[in-house]
Amino acid sequence: MESRRNPRAVVDPKVRQVGFFTSSQPDSSSTQQQPDPIAAASASSSSTISPSGNSLSPVMIPPPLHNSSDTFPLRAAAAGAAASAVSPSSFSYSSRRDFPDGSTTASPGRHSRGSFVKSSVPVASSLPGIGMGSMAAAKSSSVPASGLTTVSVVTMPPGLSEKASGMEVQSDQKKPLKEKTTKAERRAIQEAQRAAKAAAKADGGKVPPVTSASVASTSVKAAKPAKATSQKNDVTVAAGAAEKKGGPSEKDRKKDAPHPRMQYDDESRVVKAKRRAVVKQTEAKNRVELFRHLPQYEHGTQLPDLETKFFQLDPMHPAVYKVGLQYLSGDISGGNARCIAMLQAFQEVVKDYSTPPEKSLNRDMTAKISSYVSFLIECRPLSISMGNAIRFVKNRIAKLPITLSESEAKAALQSDIERFINDKIIGADTVIVKHAVTKIRDGDVLLTYGSPTAVEMVLLHAHELRKKFRVLVVDSRPKLEGQLLLRRLIKRGINCTYTHINAISYIMHEVTKVFLGASSVLSNGTVYSRVGTACVAMVANAFRVPVLVCCEAYKFHERVQLDSICSNELGDPNAISKVHGREDINYLDGLTNNANLQFLNLMYDATPSDYISMIITDYGMVPPTSVPVIVREYQKEHLLV
Amino acid sequence: MWRRSPSFILDERRSSNSPPMADTTRGPFQNSDSISAYYQTRAAHHGVITSDWLAQAQAAVGGVSGEEQSLSSDNQLGTEKSFNVIEEFNNWRKQPDLAEAVAAIRALAAVIRASEASTMMELEIELKKASDTLKSWDKTSISLTAGCDLFIRYVTRTSALEYEDFNSAKSRLLERAEKFGEISCKARRIIAMLSQDFIFDGCTILVHGLSRVVLEILKTAAQNNKLFRVLCTEGRPDGTGVLLSSELSKLDIPVKLLLDSAVAYSMDEVDMVFFGADGVVESGGIINMMGTYQIALVAHSMNKPVYVAAESYKFARLYPLDQKDMAPALRPIEFGVKIPTKVEVERSARDYTPPQYLTLLFTDLGVLSPSVVSDELIQLYL
Repeated sequence: MESRRNPRAVVDPKVRQVGFFTSSQPDSSSTQQQPDPIAAASASSSSTISPSGNSLSPVMIPPPLHNSSDTFPLRAAAAGAAASAVSPSSFSYSSRRDFPDGSTTASPGRHSRGSFVKSSVPVASSLPGIGMGSMAAAKSSSVPASGLTTVSVVTMPPGLSEKASGMEVQSDQKKPLKEKTTKAERRAIQEAQRAAKAAAKADGGKVPPVTSASVASTSVKAAKPAKATSQKNDVTVAAGAAEKKGGPSEKDRKKDAPHPRMQYDDESRVVKAKRRAVVKQTEAKNRVELFRHLPQYEHGTQLPDLETKFFQLDPMHPAVYKVGLQYLSGDISGGNARCIAMLQAFQEVVKDYSTPPEKSLNRDMTAKISSYVSFLIECRPLSISMGNAIRFVKNRIAKLPITLSESEAKAALQSDIERFINDKIIGADTVIVKHAVTKIRDGDVLLTYGSPTAVEMVLLHAHELRKKFRVLVVDSRPKLEGQLLLRRLIKRGINCTYTHINAISYIMHEVTKVFLGASSVLSNGTVYSRVGTACVAMVANAFRVPVLVCCEAYKFHERVQLDSICSNELGDPNAISKVHGREDINYLDGLTNNANLQFLNLMYDATPSDYISMIITDYGMVPPTSVPVIVREYQKEHLLV
Repeated sequence: MWRRSPSFILDERRSSNSPPMADTTRGPFQNSDSISAYYQTRAAHHGVITSDWLAQAQAAVGGVSGEEQSLSSDNQLGTEKSFNVIEEFNNWRKQPDLAEAVAAIRALAAVIRASEASTMMELEIELKKASDTLKSWDKTSISLTAGCDLFIRYVTRTSALEYEDFNSAKSRLLERAEKFGEISCKARRIIAMLSQDFIFDGCTILVHGLSRVVLEILKTAAQNNKLFRVLCTEGRPDGTGVLLSSELSKLDIPVKLLLDSAVAYSMDEVDMVFFGADGVVESGGIINMMGTYQIALVAHSMNKPVYVAAESYKFARLYPLDQKDMAPALRPIEFGVKIPTKVEVERSARDYTPPQYLTLLFTDLGVLSPSVVSDELIQLYL
């Protein structure tokens, strides 16, 4: 098997390596242990370091190149408070462990390469398996071999499970070598580990954070033979996102929150996420292949179930629960509405919060918020604006001075959230309206698509200013949001026309300006908005009609997206197959389970910046190319605040 | 295109009996006689004086002084201020070599000097008032607005950071205002220096309008002994082409004069196009003399680079979506013969060139691409 492994010592296509090295590196480096530990150590050291610094994911903070003793505190700090206490003891464990290759001597050398420390976790996770494979008989023994601590997780009483798993991780890092083991053996080991995790979780409900990382990495390793890049993305993205999510001090909540952009085509990750889920969603049977990386659930199966559980779900705050249900049923839709509802729920949470003993307010509250966020994600995937708002809240929590008393801290937080809502959402809308009405002249024919709140406010205000214009509302199935906007405009006496998106090229010749809303504007000027917006913008561009996007600055994001596929949201396929009120054309009713037919109900699409004439934000009217400047200024402002 | 919309045709027919509501932007009737003072000055600088213009200038001056006299009934200090500002401004503006914005800032400096305020806040308020007066006096001049805004911004920024006493702060402001004039001249020289790399031996440059910055560029190039040729458009109705060609021939630069309509015809032999700018807007486009957009379109379709030379104080927080989206700036146009009154004349003095037709902007901040303008504005004004 070594011979088969050796060719893979050459790291897989460099393209995949950049930023996502973690899983492949240790594999290649570890395999080289077999022929000759020392030589292999140096060889693998070169391989780990060779991608000229690329060996570290850009989102990870490179650990300094210390010797082994120093790396442990670092790793421990990264791993979380629970595990750090264990590190000294883990030293003793590993020293007692006897490796078949007897390359303990190589271990310090190994650790001296800082880059390996990062990769040690995924390597190490395979080692316990190896240990188990080679010492299958010793399962019952209490030999404190680090490999066996995995087993001990199952057998030891729940109280110790946490510590044990913590130790396991620590000692795993110490193990520098990878013994010979078959793929099947490793798989078996990982299954056992997962079972162990489930057991541990069922017991204490508190699994140290790094274990999730190690589990994640084991799942990566398991999938490695399958060579799915997406899993590698999961690991590093998950890890990266976790790190981005609020600094090393808040790893407690990493376990609870599936990454908002988790890739759903990895079975193991989906299974893991489902186990943690509060909302039980059944996956849709008939999934479109191209969008398998997005979550797709049977619609409507969980609502009654959740409603009954309303008073039973202890860990969930009722306000958050309510908001989640409202998302699920579609009562609240639209970026601003969802964001405000969520923030107000968080205000309630803060109000009712009381710090448990022995815990710090910052960390505990952040953990709570993260768990609520994961619940909301299960109800409906987060929009980008909600992500920004959550980041703001976590930032504020982290910045709370330790000296504040609990009530003061709570009051400060509540007022911060209130300020965010008032300044960044409601106040921003006022400024946008002020700028946008200067662009509306008498005689204008304005086209709008869907039901953007910002555009509605602009139109109503322009009408109040007695400008003479008329509005063309373009709508589309299945949401038919334009009808709501239409009603509200007509009630105020604005001259409106209503049409469906099929007729857009037919009516575009009489349009003077197009006003669109956005769910988010990305760094390259791409507007991420309700599906259909891109069509409207492109047709307008073809007719040389200016396209104005009204979007608050808090919705800007530094992400870049080139197409509408890699990140999107899938809605209920039944909404497409059923046409309400028109039984005569309900041909597709009941065909949802047909294997030959897949329904695709995309919620968002990405409009390239070439089709946008200007973006109206609370920072003024800017061209789409200036979005990264505003994102930069915005983040600076956050730091100063 | 909106005219083809049936609802508006019907609306017009219905309202053709009743007096029309908003008549500033569209309509088959004559616009009010709002002559742009900015373009009057430019015409004066260019030495092309028509009888019409003289009469209107007379009226305008009379109007202004009338306006000032009406203010005199108010607080005397206030009227002295406004009187000072506008007059100062006019005095400065008459100098042909001085940019509008610089004249405005010098006028505001005079306000500071004459001010009797004792705190920064008071001074700021006075300045704001003077700046508003200036801006409202001529709404069409972009560099005037931009210059005033810039100075006020600078004042607010420094006053926010001031800890020293009032008098030293005041003198510092004055100093800065004085320096601004030098900055303007220096800006021209910087721009000329930056653009030297783009003018190579044997090239043919097309120039439209009489921009002092572009003239500086060409002068510097000639001084550096570059061999090049200039085609300049006639530039009706200002006659800028004639003036420019006479200036250039004094410098021994080979010049050819073109009709405005001969631009596409001659575009083949052109290597690059140079414009100045009255204002640079947030999208990265420019507002310049009428005809600029046309030439930029032709150049773009023939893949010729279009370079704009503008000082950074001309960056304005405007964002026109199309040609009609700006405040109208009209100027009288002489056709040489009498035109019947029923015939409408397009009298706009300027047009807007969108950024996609511009290649590069030469500014005193460096050689920029059009999308950088918004970045600069955001950093300046936020």
